[in-house]
Amino acid sequence: MSVVDIAFYCFAGVTLISGLFVVLSRNPVHSVLWLITAFLSSACLFILLGAELLAMLLVIVYVGAVAVLFLFVVMMLDVDFTELKSEFVRYLPVAALIGVVFLIQLGMVYAVWEPAQNAANLRAAVISDAEAHNTAHLGTLIYDDYLHLFQAAGLILLVAMIGAIVLTLRHRTDVKRQDILKQIYRDPAKAMELKDVKPGQGL
Amino acid sequence: MADFLNTAMGTALIVAAQGLLVIAFVMISLLFLVYGDRKIWAAVQMRRGPNVVGAFGLLQTVADALKYVVKEVVVPAGSDKSVFFLAPMISFVMALLAWAVVPFSDRLVLADLNVAILYVLAVSSLEVYGVIMGGWASNSKYAFLGSLRSAAQMISYEVSIGLIIIGVILSTGSLNFGDIVAAQDGSFGLFNWYWLPHLPMVFLFFISALAETNRPPFDLPEAESELVAGYQVEYSSTPFLLFMAGEYIAIFLMCALMSLLFFGGWLSPIPGLPDGALWMVAKMAGFFFLFAMVKAIVPRYRYDQLMRLGWKVFLPMSLAWVVLVAFFAKFEMFGGAYARWAIGG
Repeated sequence: MSVVDIAFYCFAGVTLISGLFVVLSRNPVHSVLWLITAFLSSACLFILLGAELLAMLLVIVYVGAVAVLFLFVVMMLDVDFTELKSEFVRYLPVAALIGVVFLIQLGMVYAVWEPAQNAANLRAAVISDAEAHNTAHLGTLIYDDYLHLFQAAGLILLVAMIGAIVLTLRHRTDVKRQDILKQIYRDPAKAMELKDVKPGQGL
Repeated sequence: MADFLNTAMGTALIVAAQGLLVIAFVMISLLFLVYGDRKIWAAVQMRRGPNVVGAFGLLQTVADALKYVVKEVVVPAGSDKSVFFLAPMISFVMALLAWAVVPFSDRLVLADLNVAILYVLAVSSLEVYGVIMGGWASNSKYAFLGSLRSAAQMISYEVSIGLIIIGVILSTGSLNFGDIVAAQDGSFGLFNWYWLPHLPMVFLFFISALAETNRPPFDLPEAESELVAGYQVEYSSTPFLLFMAGEYIAIFLMCALMSLLFFGGWLSPIPGLPDGALWMVAKMAGFFFLFAMVKAIVPRYRYDQLMRLGWKVFLPMSLAWVVLVAFFAKFEMFGGAYARWAIGG
């Protein structure tokens, strides 16, 4: 077994174990932390494949941004998790049914799955040219060969983003808003007035 | 001996020794950075600063570290013990990990990655977990509020830092630090460096770096006047020391990034003089001086102002700059100042 093989089994094992603990942990925050471990070790698997750009992007996007939001939401949730767990037995039959159906589907897909004829070559092509930057290769693929598909995917994401904003946008009139420019351009001469109050008279 | 060093075991030993060397450099400079920070701060406020332990108080940081280590570790009631102790370790280790790819000269680099900049971004995005986990596991409202603020702040400013770095990457055509510094080499010394073409972004990067590392004036997560000490409030002894050390290491890393991305790294500012690691260290020390001066001079920001600055000022500006640089680079405007991939990549 070479060093790469040992590293592969280590990272693959960590990925699987942390995936298991995502489901098994009693505390949802621990689940998210295990999920982060799973992300990190799959990033390491990408590095072993020679796809260092994808590995870094996985860490930056999923671990650095998405998982932080997960953690944010889960920490802020005020849910009694012991109560949720107590209904575990009630939902067990349904959950088991869904699990079995999913497992059978996976099995069926796997049984009829035939790898492409040139799969081995394609896999080798990724790491064949170890000296070249795969960032540059990926850039050529995305922005030269598949530009239209890539732009279309971007547009779809943009539409989804605008849709999410429109769905949650509410204009409330009963709240005070801060206008920074208005604050900056406030003039002491207009904002306050000095009155000369005579003693014993008041205003 | 030479045979042994060529085996897998020998290579592993060499890499481990080099790694230890980098850690030793960072830790020793950490001692003097904390000392320098306090001295500069004191000088601005017309005090003497640390001056008792060692000559000129030079060993004050060692004494402080020793004091932290021998203190009692207090674990708050109802805290999540494993996460509580994991948090400072993450924050310290992640800060150190980023140094693996920082080059000190064209040959002095531990790991010469193709994607070195992305690696630094990835590791520094992991640092936020130390803060969030520490705040949550402490089982305290102040700590939790501090960690929420900090997480939001670090994520916001990471976006603009990423965009600013994209401008430099576009000019160089490479994600490798060596290439980025090589692209700034030229016959005009310091006028060849990226600070001149990317001038507005130098200021944006510096301010974002302050916010990203929770330094004053953006130290809202630990604003001691309102949140006592934010996410660190329940920490004592060595875990607290690890948080502090991690923070300073991250600051020093930002100094190194400033120097590499905009100020020529190990290149000498004057054309005749030789390049070398000393220039790099001198530039890093210079930027740390700026960090310390900002801490001493500028009052703390309000939290909503900080968020406004990050999302409504820095983000549009750096995004517009990326588009501009892309145009300048594509059409090789300004004498190719923005298009140096022929030299670098």
